[in-house]
Amino acid sequence: MLGIVLRGEGFEPFFVEDGDKAMAVFRECKPDLVLLDIMLPGTDGIEVCRQIRAESGVPIVMLTARADTLDVVVGLESGADDYVMKPFKSKELVARVRARLRRKDDSAPELLTIGEVTIDVAGHTISRDGEMLALTPLEFDLLVALARKPARVFTREMLLEQVWGYRHAADTRLVNVHVQRLRAKVERDPEKPQVVVTVRGVGYKAGPP
Amino acid sequence: MMPGLAYRRALERRRRSLQLRVVATTLVVSAGVVAVVGLLVASQVRDSILTAKVDDSLRVAGEALNSFDTALSKSSPHPEPLVLSSTIRTALQAAADKSGSRNPVALTGKGATVVARSVDKSLSPSNVDDNPKLADAVSSKAPVRAWQYVRIALANGKTESGLVVVQSAAVPTLASATSSGEYRLYVFFPLNAQAKVLTLVQRTLLLGGIGLILLFGGIAWLVTRQIVQPVRHTARIAEMLAAGRLQERLAIRGTDELAKLGLSFNKMADSLQRQIRELEDLSRVQRRFVSDVSHELRTPLTTVRMAADVLHAARGDFPPAVSRSAELLQHELDRFEALLVDLLEISRHDARAAVLEAESVDVCDLVRSVVDLSRSHSDRTECPLMLDLPAGQVYAEVDARRVQRIIRNLINNALEHGERQPVRVTAAASEDAVAITVRDVGVGLRPGEATLVFNRFWRADAARARSSGGTGLGLAIALEDARLHGGWLQAWGESGVGANFRLTLPRRAGEPLHSSPLPLEPEDVPVAEPDDATPNATSHQPERPPLLPVTVRGIGQPRKVDPTTPSPEALRG
Repeated sequence: MLGIVLRGEGFEPFFVEDGDKAMAVFRECKPDLVLLDIMLPGTDGIEVCRQIRAESGVPIVMLTARADTLDVVVGLESGADDYVMKPFKSKELVARVRARLRRKDDSAPELLTIGEVTIDVAGHTISRDGEMLALTPLEFDLLVALARKPARVFTREMLLEQVWGYRHAADTRLVNVHVQRLRAKVERDPEKPQVVVTVRGVGYKAGPP
Repeated sequence: MMPGLAYRRALERRRRSLQLRVVATTLVVSAGVVAVVGLLVASQVRDSILTAKVDDSLRVAGEALNSFDTALSKSSPHPEPLVLSSTIRTALQAAADKSGSRNPVALTGKGATVVARSVDKSLSPSNVDDNPKLADAVSSKAPVRAWQYVRIALANGKTESGLVVVQSAAVPTLASATSSGEYRLYVFFPLNAQAKVLTLVQRTLLLGGIGLILLFGGIAWLVTRQIVQPVRHTARIAEMLAAGRLQERLAIRGTDELAKLGLSFNKMADSLQRQIRELEDLSRVQRRFVSDVSHELRTPLTTVRMAADVLHAARGDFPPAVSRSAELLQHELDRFEALLVDLLEISRHDARAAVLEAESVDVCDLVRSVVDLSRSHSDRTECPLMLDLPAGQVYAEVDARRVQRIIRNLINNALEHGERQPVRVTAAASEDAVAITVRDVGVGLRPGEATLVFNRFWRADAARARSSGGTGLGLAIALEDARLHGGWLQAWGESGVGANFRLTLPRRAGEPLHSSPLPLEPEDVPVAEPDDATPNATSHQPERPPLLPVTVRGIGQPRKVDPTTPSPEALRG
């Protein structure tokens, strides 16, 4: 059914029934986006997610039946960019998929800095002291959103709207988990963040350049 | 007289402690017994010592009299006064010598010169004669011998107890006299030796008695300790069990009665633990089942949902009957999903897995956002939504998501039963509470229904409820959400007049509520003539609303309603 819907929207889906075979198919067809059901036969979705993330920054959207359990947080921590809760409407799923696939049409070359980190928006690269840092597209978008307005404090809801493309209030755990992941990559000491600073009770802002 | 605080406290302690009570009783009783026995022994000893002394004194006094008589007999029958005086003095000296140096002797003569010899000048027969018994003996003409106890004054100002023996003595009369004079010989016996012995005996008895009492008290303390200690231990363990530490057991030593008590106690604890475990497991299994079913239904439902979406999107190409079916499928799927979401939420409450994520938010803002989102539903049911908010911001520590859901559920319920009449949402705040009421002037509630509306799947009118889109869990979830906040959710209603739902929440999370800033019964309700109907309002707070006039007419069906109301065909299909 998912195939019918996705094909109807102009995507070309590949299906893997078994978690154990997921990596082989992934390497073979090199997808633009991975839709991952957490409850899979064989290797579970969380593990597959971790394996994919280990070798690629491809957007991953999880499908889950339980939004209230730790599954979601664990899934997000193991590298998923977003999740869709079952049962979902096809439009909702397609909207989430498109939001992840959307390429920012950044025509003008732009160079942003927060702390010791330099962001080349057009080149989609990030560096600290000349050393390149590998970020997933979502983490990159999150950092760019914060860096573009360094004076502004972003609430979690604003970030959900800008980076994830949600129009209604959604799960703010998405933001928390991804900020943690981002900090783990760009901060020298994630315990004392300099790049992505928490504003207690409000949200996050970019650190001083 | 009011007992002192310390005394009352001591009484209270005595009442509480068995050991203290037993020891106190033992002390009081043994003190009584020891006192009686001690007094008896002391008086026996005293009596026997004194009797011996009296006997001895009488004997010595007799001997002294004999010596006196003997000394006098040597003189002439009618001597000259000077000679007589000298003779008497000599005889008295002889009597004094006989009685011993420690026992003074004195002589009185009736109407004659008193001739006395005493070691102590203060010792006078005159203060002895006051005693009636002795006075009789003294005044008697016959020869007498009498005795009594006296206080002997000493030269140094002290007195000591003593014994005096009085005897009549024959003294030759003066030559000029016609008859012999009446003389009395007094012999004094100090009793200080006996007094010392008595004091010693009394002190020994007293010390011995106190020692005995303390010994009894100590024994009682030790004995009761053996009983009370295990009892206290058992009580402590029982309290732990009551507090939920079901694995606690008594340590059992020996095979005595207390050990048996311990064994029975442990058996009881085992059986309690087993039964509670079973019940816990059962309810856990049941809750898990509800939760699992809700989750497991989601995966197939997702597929059905997508299939329905495809059909719905393409319904324009279908024949009318099939196209209508696709629409119905879509509607009912929405309801199905809403039901699943509500089931999950209520199972989360049942499992006590619901957590309050309280933060300080503007309640007016919350109400406004919910009301704005309910506009489309309001248009559909043709019930205008009116908003009555206090000026400014009202901050309260609440879980915004839950409060929004409560208000949404109340508004949906009101819109569904509003009968095309305006629905008014009011908010107000006091120092420590914030209240939101949702008032409709629709069908209202029948007496007694104000409690029932919060029951799960409760239907005022089964036929009608099936046609409304609610899951039947909305108000039940709202009540759970309110409870989680430590708040109140109450309903008031009257048939044909409408209903009012009031949510009251503490402004600071965790603080108890005392009153609500808004009345549960709306002020705009016309007051009809009172009848015997019961007040038609409910709450899970002790406060009862004022007696309401309730006209039992018409039907009220407050239901939680979802925005998606299926058409009547849904029922026929």
